[in-house]
Amino acid sequence: MADLRELYQDVILEHSKAPRNYREIGGASRKVEGYNPLCGDRYTIYIDLENNSIRDISFQGSGCAISKASASMMTQSVKGKTKDQAEELFNSFHNLVTGQTPPNGTEPDIGKLSVFSGVSEYPVRVKCATLAWHTLRAALEGENETISTE
Amino acid sequence: MISSAKISLSESYSTQDLGRFDVQRVRRDFPILAREVNGRRLVYLDNAATSQKPREVIDALIRYYEQENANIHRGVHYLSQRATEEYERARKTVQEFLNAPHWSEIIFVRSATEAINLVAQTYGRRHVGAGDEVLVTAMEHHSNIVPWQILCEEKGATLRVAPMNEQGELMLDAFGDLLSSRTKLVAAPHVSNALGTINPIKRMVEMAHSRNIPVLVDGAQAVPHMAVDVQALDCDFYAFSGHKVFGPTGIGILYGKSRLLEGMPPYQGGGDMISSVTFEKTVYNKLPYKFEAGTPHIEGAIGLGAALEYLMKLGLDGVAVHEHDLLTYATDRVGALPGVRLVGTAKEKASVLSFVMDNVHPHDVGTILDQEGIAVRTGHHCAQPVMDRFGIPATTRASFALYNTREEVDALARGIEKVREVFV
Repeated sequence: MADLRELYQDVILEHSKAPRNYREIGGASRKVEGYNPLCGDRYTIYIDLENNSIRDISFQGSGCAISKASASMMTQSVKGKTKDQAEELFNSFHNLVTGQTPPNGTEPDIGKLSVFSGVSEYPVRVKCATLAWHTLRAALEGENETISTE
Repeated sequence: MISSAKISLSESYSTQDLGRFDVQRVRRDFPILAREVNGRRLVYLDNAATSQKPREVIDALIRYYEQENANIHRGVHYLSQRATEEYERARKTVQEFLNAPHWSEIIFVRSATEAINLVAQTYGRRHVGAGDEVLVTAMEHHSNIVPWQILCEEKGATLRVAPMNEQGELMLDAFGDLLSSRTKLVAAPHVSNALGTINPIKRMVEMAHSRNIPVLVDGAQAVPHMAVDVQALDCDFYAFSGHKVFGPTGIGILYGKSRLLEGMPPYQGGGDMISSVTFEKTVYNKLPYKFEAGTPHIEGAIGLGAALEYLMKLGLDGVAVHEHDLLTYATDRVGALPGVRLVGTAKEKASVLSFVMDNVHPHDVGTILDQEGIAVRTGHHCAQPVMDRFGIPATTRASFALYNTREEVDALARGIEKVREVFV
């Protein structure tokens, strides 16, 4: 069970059971749906953008514990950030869950998101962890549609 | 000669072994079952995705490449004759396995998927027109939906779907009501890959034939589990994949009645499917070669032949009894676990135990079971309309084969209890 706990850390399980910012934002400036056809995970991300900053962000949808916890913690970590800062976090998070070291060798501190480091040992679960983040990126790039991990 | 000798052999084996199927002996025939995964003895319950291979099949592939490799149907040299003999012997084994009337009705293709596409693109394009209908069922694999959608879109025809009930059983009356003068073909699965439902194919064929409608049966999930007799079923086409029935990947079978195959245009053009070629005119080869363009998957066909010989030697009646016992045990054991709901509870079922767990996504179930060395499939099983029918995004699917045991079902049940421990 030790290995499994690396993946299913308590923080992840807790967020999957009680996701934060799990609501719709009425009149959101961006609304994008992310879909992983492999496992049927489906989330809608709502963003309220103000002067290039994420004033508010929320999500709704269904999927596995990893994808839901990731979406939940993502909304917490990018709220109040600029688009560029969110993009930086995306890259750091992506490196973390794919087990890659960034070019300069030092990873910026991503705080609580580091609980997802165990995902790198489970290659087929990387898409679960990154679904919400890919959806966020599409939303920030101005797309208003469904994006797919495939 | 060869085929009649084999028939008597399989008969003597099946009579001997009926009712005392020795699963431990069978397991020793499958080398991979002895390996470990994540430090545990492998419990392989993903047989509906693909099956493991017995030593006979692995040896046949090695023997082919070490002793017989050559191209077929054209060389005068020794090896080419040997390879041709083995390839054609495999075809006769398939004929015997399906009890097809003629060896020339057995066409080697890549997979059940290719077999269905072949029929859609040849028979379908010739016989389905604007305003016509193709009838499938609500429990299809995508491979028995999309080829017909492509055809219907091209021809201005309509794809109709016969419904199923809450247990995952085809609603036979509704199926009958959908048969009409517009229906040009029925395509249905013998066994549902996502639910395990065994369809009443013989009855469905009778109903369709009473209106002169031909029937294609997708047998991919049936042939590993039960004896199939295409003459008894009287179906017009029967498709299956080699790798699900203990043979190699990349080889599959289309059986078709000669009368229909004769009237169909070729699927692909190329070498081997012709009698003569000039730049002005090509005369196509006779059955089955008309549908086998290019150098085929020779070792795949030989490996499939070895797999079917193995299966017939074992005796499919004994296999069916063993698997029925196993599925009943698994249904009781897993179905009784708290928070587990079985999806697909048809009275007539084979091999498949699909389920969902309260508050746990199938993907998480699959990962945790994998840590226990248990291989299951999670997701929509290439049958999204089936998931939609039951209002769920995905299931966890354990699917059994002749080498699985009650102890493995117990391991599955313990694994599911672990899942609950993690998520409670």
